[in-house]
Amino acid sequence: MSGVESSFKNMTISLLAITLVASAGLGLVYKSTKDPIAAAQVAKVNNAIKAVVPEFDNQPSNEAYTVKADGDDLFFYPASKNGQLVGVAVKTFSNNGFGGRIELMVGFLPDGTINKITVISHKETPGLGDKIDPGKSDFSVQFEGKNPETFKVMVKKDGGDVDAITASTISSRAFCDAVNRAYKAFKEGGRK
Amino acid sequence: MSAWSNLTRGIIRENPTFVIVLGMCPTLATTTSAINGLGMGLATTFVLLGSNVVISMIARFIPDKVRIPSYIVVIATFVTIVDLLMQAYTQSLYETLGIFIPLIVVNCIVLGRAEAFARKNSVLDSAMDGLGMGIGFTMALTLLGSIREMLGNGSLFNYKFIPGDAILVFILSPGAFIALAYLIALFNKFVKK
Repeated sequence: MSGVESSFKNMTISLLAITLVASAGLGLVYKSTKDPIAAAQVAKVNNAIKAVVPEFDNQPSNEAYTVKADGDDLFFYPASKNGQLVGVAVKTFSNNGFGGRIELMVGFLPDGTINKITVISHKETPGLGDKIDPGKSDFSVQFEGKNPETFKVMVKKDGGDVDAITASTISSRAFCDAVNRAYKAFKEGGRK
Repeated sequence: MSAWSNLTRGIIRENPTFVIVLGMCPTLATTTSAINGLGMGLATTFVLLGSNVVISMIARFIPDKVRIPSYIVVIATFVTIVDLLMQAYTQSLYETLGIFIPLIVVNCIVLGRAEAFARKNSVLDSAMDGLGMGIGFTMALTLLGSIREMLGNGSLFNYKFIPGDAILVFILSPGAFIALAYLIALFNKFVKK
């Protein structure tokens, strides 16, 4: 129990002291976790790049460039081996997911064929829409080796060639939307 | 009261989830899998332990009228520390739990223990109380998460033992309420006498 009287002076001093100590402590923690947090985020992007393009020997994240699309940035990570371009990983997005924004990493071969796709972040319903994640179902496998030039990236319900996830048409549509956005940007000068 | 009974009180007699029924928001929302429940429980345990210890040390010097703001500052500090640490070292778990990590600040269990226990008791007793409550909360969340993951997804700690789909409703929100209701009923029948 408190042994200190609730006078204006005491209250001011004690609150000031607590907030000062708290902010100093947080400053320390922030400083010591800043680098690991940045490293973890870079590692995440690098893993996603590695998962979607063929083997490479450069540092795609150092050669990244952005392309504007629909009011936001798409990130392009060119992967090359012995100086030869082997593929481009495109970090793309869709705002039409069932739970909001979906971010994908789509790997294109130089001719525009989709190599692999992986999900960076999403908020889709667990058990339904989260099957867009390659770890949860084979939904994303049907895009592999397809060229959007001939393979219409839209769900079958909308006249495309994509088998939607059962009971998750909205998530499937958003996935296609993100892939199309990446392909369009890739075609229109995403290739440097 | 001995240190031992302070520790066990939170685990069984006053289990925060099954008996006091506090902190329902993270309980229902984050337990879609066993690992999420465990992560949320451990994060809350860390905050409970830290805030209980610090508050029991400084309670004597805080004027009564500003004690709640002071406690909240202490709790928010610990929550931010957990938030930063998880972001740095357990990225994927951090992203799954999302907004519920910052929301530990408003978890009634944390402020409840500060107000009801830590400010009136010694540092050791408060540490035991915080640890016990944390363990009780973690066990409850892990149990609920395991049951929902097993019934809803046919897996446990991401190890899939039933191929294909299971009873999907259990990983959706209604399943959280159903599973929690049965757990509370069973707990009250067999454990709490």
